[in-house]
Amino acid sequence: MIKSELIVKIAELYPHLYQRDVETIVNQLLDEIGDAMGRGDRVELRGFGTFSVKQREARIGRNPRTGESVAVAKKHAPFFKTGKDLRDRMNRDGGR
Amino acid sequence: MAGKTVTRSDLSEIVYNAVGLSRSESAQIVETVLDEISDALIRGEDVKLSSFGSFLVRHKNGRMGRNPKTGEEVPIDPRRVLSFRASHVLKEKINKMAGLG
Repeated sequence: MIKSELIVKIAELYPHLYQRDVETIVNQLLDEIGDAMGRGDRVELRGFGTFSVKQREARIGRNPRTGESVAVAKKHAPFFKTGKDLRDRMNRDGGR
Repeated sequence: MAGKTVTRSDLSEIVYNAVGLSRSESAQIVETVLDEISDALIRGEDVKLSSFGSFLVRHKNGRMGRNPKTGEEVPIDPRRVLSFRASHVLKEKINKMAGLG
């Protein structure tokens, strides 16, 4: 499923909303999750999962093709941990 | 690092301010978005949200594991796990906001 398909589905469930409003809602939700991670906050959605940010220290990496050393700057990496409920349902309801 | 926790109620507030729905309907639509994403993943479909990231369903084969405490061998059933790959746009935004390039 891609974002436009998600928007269409939700618009079908809320027939009194314009599809462009649903699009705004979905985009604002995703933007806020990203903004929260940018602020260093966690986004905890019980049953679904938790978005957080991990700090990666600067390190000396290597170009795997040439073997050359390259400096890799310190960075923040987004991270998602699946919620227990979703993890269980992915293995129960849908089969394997 | 700020280190606050954002929850469903914060997300409903965003929706409430965005399109002028009632508070209860704003909360409901946040739930619907999460449910629709979850349902697709439970069906085994990947969910790709452009400029945010992809939720990918991965299949793990069964294997023999070991209880680290007792040393006992235990079979681990085949299972599905979810992995999230953030898009470049999201990674850049997070690093820019944190003042890291």
